Amino acid sequence: MERRHYDEMRGADGEVRAHFRALSDWLAETPAERVAEMRREADLLFHRVGITFAVYGDAHGASEGAERLIPFDTIPRVIPKAEWDELARGLRQRVSALNRFLHDIYHGQEILKAGVIPAEQVLANEAYQVAMHGLDLPNQIYSHVAGIDLVRNDDGQYYVLEDNLRTPSGVSYMLENRKMMMRLFPELFARQHVHPVEHYPGLLLETLSAAAPPSVRDPVVAVLTPGQHNSAYFEHAFLAQQMGVELVEGVDLFVKDGFVHMRTTTGPQRVDVIYRRVDDAFLDPLAFRPDSLLGVPGLLSVYRAGNVGIANAIGTGVADDKSTYPYVPDMIKFYLGETPILQNVPTWQCKRPADLELVLEKIGELVVKEVQGSGGYGMLIGPMAKKAEIEAFRARIRANPSNYIAQPTLSLSTCPTFVEQGIAPRHVDLRPYVLTGKEMKLVPGGLTRVALNEGSLVVNSSQGGGTKDTWVVD
Amino acid sequence: MLSRVADRIFWMSRQMERAENMARILGVTSNLVLFGTRDVQEQNLLAPLAITETEDAYRAQHTELTLPGLIEFMALDEKNPSSIYSCLKWARENAHAVRWQLTSEMWETINATWLEMRALPPGRVTGAGATQFFDWVKDRSHLFRGVTYGTIVRGEAFNFSRLGTFLERADNTARILDVKYHILLPSVQDVGGALDYYQWAALLRSVSSFETYRTLYRDQIFPIKVAQLLILERRMPRSLAACFDQVKEAMDRIRGQSDSAAKRLAYELHARLSYADIEEVFQGGLHEYLDGVLADINDLGSRIQRAYLGAV
Repeated sequence: MERRHYDEMRGADGEVRAHFRALSDWLAETPAERVAEMRREADLLFHRVGITFAVYGDAHGASEGAERLIPFDTIPRVIPKAEWDELARGLRQRVSALNRFLHDIYHGQEILKAGVIPAEQVLANEAYQVAMHGLDLPNQIYSHVAGIDLVRNDDGQYYVLEDNLRTPSGVSYMLENRKMMMRLFPELFARQHVHPVEHYPGLLLETLSAAAPPSVRDPVVAVLTPGQHNSAYFEHAFLAQQMGVELVEGVDLFVKDGFVHMRTTTGPQRVDVIYRRVDDAFLDPLAFRPDSLLGVPGLLSVYRAGNVGIANAIGTGVADDKSTYPYVPDMIKFYLGETPILQNVPTWQCKRPADLELVLEKIGELVVKEVQGSGGYGMLIGPMAKKAEIEAFRARIRANPSNYIAQPTLSLSTCPTFVEQGIAPRHVDLRPYVLTGKEMKLVPGGLTRVALNEGSLVVNSSQGGGTKDTWVVD
Repeated sequence: MLSRVADRIFWMSRQMERAENMARILGVTSNLVLFGTRDVQEQNLLAPLAITETEDAYRAQHTELTLPGLIEFMALDEKNPSSIYSCLKWARENAHAVRWQLTSEMWETINATWLEMRALPPGRVTGAGATQFFDWVKDRSHLFRGVTYGTIVRGEAFNFSRLGTFLERADNTARILDVKYHILLPSVQDVGGALDYYQWAALLRSVSSFETYRTLYRDQIFPIKVAQLLILERRMPRSLAACFDQVKEAMDRIRGQSDSAAKRLAYELHARLSYADIEEVFQGGLHEYLDGVLADINDLGSRIQRAYLGAV
């Protein structure tokens, strides 16, 4: 089906947009063979450096624990500075409100009392953690690292597709993609000023340090990973290395005398902040899933005593749940008294009878998502789905309406991308990262993900997505 | 440093060193089998299995003892935990688990080595290809060690890497020297004869010290001097004494809690190698002496494991 969409590089009249001009000229004068050759070199380098992600037994016959490269596209996505500044303003506003919301629901619950969000929506949510009740966090920050997924509709307008407030990943690709582009095409960077992103690890360390118990002067930060077979292990190791902190697994940590310690060759060493890339449920077998081997027994009690910082906090999932998402604009108004700068995609909640009826009727035009789903799994893209798939989904929605939301199928903007046939437009999204410690910090840009299959709207790396360097230019 | 990390780095370094020494053992074996009668050849082929204590594992898979079978087993067999293939695989596994503690050059070297090993087309490690392959393994090990020495910050990662490398090398040098014990000459008359000479020379070449022998001793090749060179000559970087100089140096730098049992044994072995007399070693029997050294190295390994690296 032919759909109208916003072309990032060219306007409706076919003219190259001003901020893409330098890149477009360079593409025109650079032999396709050189670009192709550089792309092969990039693949080689990525493999050598081991920038891979593990796949959980996938459809391509890769075995459990196999490693694959996330395809890297050598054509960057360009955003003009003024446009970015506006986005950044909206991102700060949105993440501020979300952190206020998280603090509120674990304290006075003003927003529930005011009836802005139905109480059961929050309190009955499986990501809501009673253990967080009344716990005061440094700077009242819950989501220290937030990844907000943005897309553009056919009119070029940005929409927030999803908030990621638990353990958003991908930032290592943002950094490695930039490094790779600068290595392969230094002349491109000479042509125009691209705003740097390389200082992200420093900002991250600063943000994490701010999550330490206030009495600690020089906090020891550690990154907690599920281990080397986790799909994002490369990123965990990369960030630990870039920040110069230890990368620990659950077995490296233990609780003694009310503090968390690492096992080292010189005996126990205290840890003040844990940047965990392990889900809530696995963090502490004494408090959550008892079968978890990834966590630290007793961690929650130390956390509750205020003797260790955990980033992101426990229980942030309630705020990035797809069923909470529709209320974010209301949160912004409620906590900040401001009009939302970034728009939400209109969303129908199947738990509402009127919405459910509409969704079941128009399902062929909509995107239907599981409330708790992520990674592009558990969703249906109506216009792309076969009849049988639609029927199966209808039945699933009917059986458990509150588990689903639906949105109009956005067309997603396209960006020129290097594919088998040459350079062709492919759909992209954008995930900027928002850091919140004592203050909020962003690096300009973020991670652009691209759906490499023609016409595809799914950008997830687990489903044929690739990544691009993202340039914010003057 | 995290105990788990120290453990991985220690073993990563041991496995790279072991891969190199396996290549050396196979290299010398490939040379030795070119000479002598069928019986002698059989013994030459048995020696590598004897010193690595893997004869039973070999026999379980192969009915006949042949050079291609031996190379298949000791170089390429995925199921043999000390084959070159397994060593490179596990070295890479260990490096992968702690790659943020390594320099990117170290990781890239070890990762690229494994990727090349994995992509090796079958049938390449025969005839002249075998020698090429052993040289490649040695080169990669040299490169890894050089890259490590040249890039990593002087801290615990470096210390545990050195400790692993030289403990493993000491173990391997002792085993290689012991090869000669397992190779009997056809008759008593052959002692000191051409074949005997050739065997000792091959053994020296396997540890890159044939020329060193000539330079240091300016003499015919006598077994006692070969033993002197490989056990006590600290100027020879693969000798036991030189290895224990490095082991002691690493242990000096490593700070730990309740590690006195490990340090005591390391320093004791170092002292014994510093003041040993080769005549006495020979009087007690070279093979018996080397057996004792191997047992001590094994014990030291366990003590290091307990003191720094966590539960085995």
